Amino acid sequence: MLPALAAESLDVRLLYLKQRVERPPALSNIQPPAADSGIAGARLGVSDSNTTGRFLNHHYTIEIVETDSATEAVEAARAGVNQGITLLLADLPAATLLKLSGNSDLGKRSIIFNTTAPDDHLRSADCRAGVLHTLPSRAMLTDALAQFLVARRWNRWLLLRGERAEDGAWVTSMRRSAKRFGGKIIDEKQWSFDTDLRRTAQQELPLFTQGKDYHVTLVADEIGDVGEYVPYNTWLPRPVAGTQGLTPKGWHGVVEQWGAQQLQNRFHEHSDRAMDDRDYAAWVAVRAIAEAVTRTQSTDTAILYTYLLSDEFEIAAFKGRSLTFRNWNGQLRQPIPLVQPRAVVSQSPQPGFLHPRTELDTLGFDEPETDCNFESHL
Amino acid sequence: MTASRLACTQNPETSEPRLELFSRFARAINTHSSSFLLSAAVGLAGMSSSSFGETAYVSNEKDNTLSVIDIDSLEVIDTIEVGMRPRGITFNRDFTELYICASDSDAVQVMDMAERRIVADLPSGEDPEQFALHPDDRKLYIANEDNAVVTVVDTRERTVIAQVDVGVEPEGMAVSPDGKWAVNTSETTNMLHWIDTESNELVDNTLVGQRPRHVEFTKDGALLWASSEIGGTVAVVNVADRQIIKTLEFKIPGVHRDRIQPVGIKLTDDGRYAFVALGPANHVAVVDAQSYEILDYLLVGRRVWHLEFDRQGALLLTSNGVSGDVTVIDVEKLKPIKTIKVGRYPWGIAVAP
Repeated sequence: MLPALAAESLDVRLLYLKQRVERPPALSNIQPPAADSGIAGARLGVSDSNTTGRFLNHHYTIEIVETDSATEAVEAARAGVNQGITLLLADLPAATLLKLSGNSDLGKRSIIFNTTAPDDHLRSADCRAGVLHTLPSRAMLTDALAQFLVARRWNRWLLLRGERAEDGAWVTSMRRSAKRFGGKIIDEKQWSFDTDLRRTAQQELPLFTQGKDYHVTLVADEIGDVGEYVPYNTWLPRPVAGTQGLTPKGWHGVVEQWGAQQLQNRFHEHSDRAMDDRDYAAWVAVRAIAEAVTRTQSTDTAILYTYLLSDEFEIAAFKGRSLTFRNWNGQLRQPIPLVQPRAVVSQSPQPGFLHPRTELDTLGFDEPETDCNFESHL
Repeated sequence: MTASRLACTQNPETSEPRLELFSRFARAINTHSSSFLLSAAVGLAGMSSSSFGETAYVSNEKDNTLSVIDIDSLEVIDTIEVGMRPRGITFNRDFTELYICASDSDAVQVMDMAERRIVADLPSGEDPEQFALHPDDRKLYIANEDNAVVTVVDTRERTVIAQVDVGVEPEGMAVSPDGKWAVNTSETTNMLHWIDTESNELVDNTLVGQRPRHVEFTKDGALLWASSEIGGTVAVVNVADRQIIKTLEFKIPGVHRDRIQPVGIKLTDDGRYAFVALGPANHVAVVDAQSYEILDYLLVGRRVWHLEFDRQGALLLTSNGVSGDVTVIDVEKLKPIKTIKVGRYPWGIAVAP
């Protein structure tokens, strides 16, 4: 028998909602994202939390629902909430997430953890009380990259972009970061390659990247269609960064500092692959819930929510400092690793970028920038 | 221990401002009575039999070696190859054996000190990180970081006596001076786990701040000090009821709160001071162990992990992971006096006479 700090037994039930999104064909399909990306992280979080919970008589369970339809995802959430499962992990596109959080019946009775959607508008214009974001926003990622480039004094950027909507969102975010930190986008080019660029990259890309002198080529290509072929093929011998090359990521298999190797090993043992940023976002969401349950000795949604947004909450999550939630838009503050495929190059915020509250708030939307009505919930 | 150490600690007022470390031995002979000369001679005789004087062993996590530091000269006099990713190291009672957590070799290695050679591996469980030897000089309590257990090993029979389930990422280990308690910290579960060494069963848990790293009993065994790396705090726990009686916080001007990450702790035998290594803050805090007032912050190397006293308690050595060196602090003056370059990522320190 294991001794417990508190005799009262608590059952903590989580619901993981995944809406499968069709992935468009990409030229580079060497390393497709894992089918259970996100889910595996949530499962490890539950396993870690149960190891802790057994000393407290707390039991964590997770139900996983996968669907192709937004309507079904919302219905599954409703069924869960009606059964008293009010802690939701949302592996959903932004539109479905808004449908879910905007539903007054559901939104007000649950806490939704966005673990998958990086969209900036979810943290600003479309923010909703009761929704916490553990995946970094695009703004946090591009801010992290911009700080590094400016710190290196590589501040003239040639920006190459794909045609997809998310590439446009990345470009918007990068423009904002350029303005914030003093980078200059000297030219912006959109590709419309309709041939197999893999075989012609060496001919096409040098011509495509000709122009005024720049320090860095930035690539906005979230699905990895063309961006993978930009490094070593630019007209000028310049580093490549953005969605390929040097990449800002919430998490990556090469992160090993601050005890992270232990998390990586544990994840590998569970899932036989490297942990990605969605896995990490889901893992840290479960760990945040467990931390709140452990400290408050409660499963009451209102008590947990208040605690998560309070000054008392903090969580150690292998990023070298304690992580907390921004109480103006529900975003988890976190350092952002800048990685290349085999090593961490740097971690932002960079030294010298200061903020009166915490340097972590130099990444993403700060309080005065957020026109967000993030009032108390529940 | 040699006469020069005695001279230094007993007569602090006579020591010259600088240089004393390099010339202490000579000074002991020059400035003190013939009784010191005599004991110096005894010290030398003792040295000749083991061929070395007092030495500190430092595990270099990223070099798979131990650096051997001569305490008198404060120079590295040898480097010994050991297993992969050596971290925690500790001696048996008579200093004939050194136990080494070779984390990536999944072994606790036994080094024979007469030959300074690895002679055996203990069945340690996976990924041993830290350990503590029971006062019976026999039971070794090992934290197995990757699989959430503490393994209890009989060092004489080289067998596993028990495995105790603990929280996620067990790290720090300490055994109480009376041998009754073995305490383990779990970094992700954020608890101190109290193991009864009679039954080797877990009997109580204390919830502490984020990422507890290290635990250290007071000499009388009444209190336990526990550092929380990410919480940025040190908890002082009453052993009788396992409740926290004091939580210490640290503030260094010009260093952000997030960079103040307490790891190693050492308490002076006289109960006067506690020293707390503050990780990437690159400082060691000096705490009044009675009033819990923080007296000073001493600048050391980068990312300071662990601490160890020399045999006299006159010097405190700190392992500085990122800068790859050891800082030597004069405990009486509370001043860093020397930095010694060792291998890559120095982690644990153990001192032998």
